[in-house]
Amino acid sequence: METDGELLTRLRSGDEDAFVMLFGRYNGSLVRLARAYVPSDAVAEEAVQETWMGVVRGVDRFEGRSSFKTWLFRILVNRARTAGTREHRDLPLSDAEPAVNPSRFDSAGAWSEPLQSWADLDDRLVAATWSTSLNDALSDLPPRQREIVILRDVEGLTSGDVCDVLGLSEGNQRVLLHRGRSRLRSVLESELASRGR
Amino acid sequence: MLLRRRDDLVCQQVVELVTDYLEGALSRSDRRRFDAHLRKCPNCTNYLAQMRATIRATGSLHQDDLTPEVRTELTELFRDWRDGGP
Repeated sequence: METDGELLTRLRSGDEDAFVMLFGRYNGSLVRLARAYVPSDAVAEEAVQETWMGVVRGVDRFEGRSSFKTWLFRILVNRARTAGTREHRDLPLSDAEPAVNPSRFDSAGAWSEPLQSWADLDDRLVAATWSTSLNDALSDLPPRQREIVILRDVEGLTSGDVCDVLGLSEGNQRVLLHRGRSRLRSVLESELASRGR
Repeated sequence: MLLRRRDDLVCQQVVELVTDYLEGALSRSDRRRFDAHLRKCPNCTNYLAQMRATIRATGSLHQDDLTPEVRTELTELFRDWRDGGP
């Protein structure tokens, strides 16, 4: 698979296929991310389209000081924040939801029931059968958690890049990442339980 | 009965520290306490593995397959934009 950098070089020389490939690689995440800022799919898609236009027109100005991904998501976040009507702020951290429902622990804070091992599950099978519930669960995350999980875990940006794109401290990023990941884990756990495994 | 040392972590604390642990953000002493808990707690070991599996599954969401129609549409958009159209 070609790297982003290689595709970018082709894009600079006007290669249409390179654009289509970059689009295929990132459009889904851009749409998911934009939805964290704006009230409707239509507005989100508009912000995403403007982002791609910005990429095509601005590719010569991209100096490669950050990765392409980081640059791309920064453009999107800027567009989406402009388009977003919703006030985009952190909930107070004190409203924290625990990672695991407290009823799962005994009075001493130990698990009251054994926790299932997922070790025998095949990752690729898991990804294929879970992708719908994971996608839904991702859309249901509070916006701040959602954007961080998308950038970190779907797109694989480093924590430093995510902080840079979103203007967050490392500490706040970790708190929100923790909530988001914990929620996704519990959704997958319920999904497995409901299949009677 | 085994007495718990005062600085031992309980499971309910461990699940809240998992992300800091995976991110390498725990202090050295907290990391030691975390590792010590894992060594004797199969449930929390499973929990950590479940979190890692969740992260891997989330990471496999990013590929989109484009239909030929979308490809054609994109190619046209690309030409418009590149040539300075609306």
